[in-house]
Amino acid sequence: MLQTKNIQFKYDGGPSFHFPDISCEEKGRLLILGESGKGKTTLLHLISGLLQPTSGEVTIKNQNTSALKGAALDRFRGKHVGIIFQTAHFVQSLTVLDNLLLPPFLTGSKIERSKALEILQRLNLKEKAFQLPSKLSVGEAQRVAIARAIINNPSLILADEPTSALDDKNAIEVIRLLEEQASTTGAALVIVTHDQRLKDHFKDHVNI
Amino acid sequence: MNLLKISWRNIIANPLNTTLSVILLAFGVGIISLLLLLEKQITEKFDRNIKDIDFVLGAKGSPVQLILANVYHVDAPTGNIKVEDAQKILKNPMVKDYIPLAYGDNYENYRIVGTNFKYPEHYGCQLAEGRLFSAPFEVTIGQKVAQEAKLKVGDTFTSVHGFDKEANEEDHHHATPFRVVGIFDRSDCAIDNLILTQVESVWMVHDHEEEHVHDETHDHEHSKEMTAYLIKKRNPLAAMMLANSTRETNMQIADPAIEINRLSQGFGIGTDTMKAIAILIMILSFVSVFISLYNSLKQRRYELALMRSMGGTRRTLFTIILQEGLLLVSIGFLVGALLSRIGLLVLSSILKENFHYELNDLGISPSELVLLAVTLLTGIVASLLPAVRAVRMDISKTLSNG
Repeated sequence: MLQTKNIQFKYDGGPSFHFPDISCEEKGRLLILGESGKGKTTLLHLISGLLQPTSGEVTIKNQNTSALKGAALDRFRGKHVGIIFQTAHFVQSLTVLDNLLLPPFLTGSKIERSKALEILQRLNLKEKAFQLPSKLSVGEAQRVAIARAIINNPSLILADEPTSALDDKNAIEVIRLLEEQASTTGAALVIVTHDQRLKDHFKDHVNI
Repeated sequence: MNLLKISWRNIIANPLNTTLSVILLAFGVGIISLLLLLEKQITEKFDRNIKDIDFVLGAKGSPVQLILANVYHVDAPTGNIKVEDAQKILKNPMVKDYIPLAYGDNYENYRIVGTNFKYPEHYGCQLAEGRLFSAPFEVTIGQKVAQEAKLKVGDTFTSVHGFDKEANEEDHHHATPFRVVGIFDRSDCAIDNLILTQVESVWMVHDHEEEHVHDETHDHEHSKEMTAYLIKKRNPLAAMMLANSTRETNMQIADPAIEINRLSQGFGIGTDTMKAIAILIMILSFVSVFISLYNSLKQRRYELALMRSMGGTRRTLFTIILQEGLLLVSIGFLVGALLSRIGLLVLSSILKENFHYELNDLGISPSELVLLAVTLLTGIVASLLPAVRAVRMDISKTLSNG
């Protein structure tokens, strides 16, 4: 489902990275562990196509994303990859529900309010639907970010350090939630983190 | 969910910046649009009243006042001239036709003017009811007079001397009542606000008045006076010859077109200053829209990058920001257009009270459409740089720094 082959990246006048090959099955689980400065976020951006590798290629669902450009790449990412960033950000002027409807709207998919409300219900956020994101607590914001990542039924969910700021109990809770939602959606789940606590939780892990 | 909604929500999420931009633009647009409306309507009204009148013959004094008093009926007359003196000039072969005007008293601040049938005929006034005045003390009244003073055909009223409606009303009432025999249709010229009668009625009222005030032994002849004559000329040379013939008399000849032109040039300095101020405000509003979009872009960099990560394209971001600029200036334009209408209505009510003049055409003029186009263009230009910056943004870097 996800395959990287010999990808390298060099920042303009900055450090260069050479990443080990990564592969993940359909509906698979993969933990990518790495210390700070090893280029974890860079790798996540390369996989999602937010960055294009200097050399090598990334294949998602048999599509070489390194060959896609511009709007086609934006649309492909929007349809097939759900990203959960380290800190949850939203379009502040839109309600929680409208933020959830952004991914289908931006990818030109069908906009289903009922589906969005259902996901919010599943994540215990139904009463927040019509509030502005600034009113959410950190935990709620993270759950809304998860909801947003799965609404388009992506094949791949990418999460950047989802547990780094949490205590043990909450960290396990979030991982359980992520796995549960990935299963419901039928998506593969790739987590990029330095959090060693998660090592025991995942069968497959790659160190970078 | 649509792009317009996103743009709209972003605009109202920033009420202070938005309000500033809208207020500035609304004032700029409002002033310009008010000036355009005024210019159009005043020119139209002025032109309609001048209608083929080449000269006005009247007593010496300010020529502008002579025109305002006798063509537009908005100023006090310059005085009266003797009929026999005037006849010497009117006999001139250069005079093709003339209409006499004798100012009488007034009723409820509407002027009673002695004249003949040529006057309403000249302005193409049609009768709505009744007939034209044909005997002394019969009057045919303008549509507005009928409405405002609540006069119907068959009603009678007594006139009041001078224009102070309140003061000494009793003392100055004239004895012989006037009788309304007809009402004109609305003509959109001065006649709407006039009470027309025969010249003789005006003279008779005055004789009567003089009898009251002075002793019985006075010469009636000196009452045969006119306030002015509206003159149509026979050929272009008439101007000089007629002007010459009034020399060494107490009369003058004035050309309405020239005097009104002189007056509106005086106006023009005022309106030009206003226009300059309005354009300055428009430029300020342009800067304000630009700064507002630019600032909000700085705050929203992450949001915009986020939209890209969720499938939004460069074009999506460009559209959102361009739309925000256009929305801002459109709201500004609408508020401005509304303000100018309110301003016009206020001015109109002032004019109506003082001069019986109304400005009531609130429609959109072609020059306003040009103003709209300029405004929209301003919006596009102001949002172009922020939009281009959003498109060029490095999303990976922006998202990593969040």
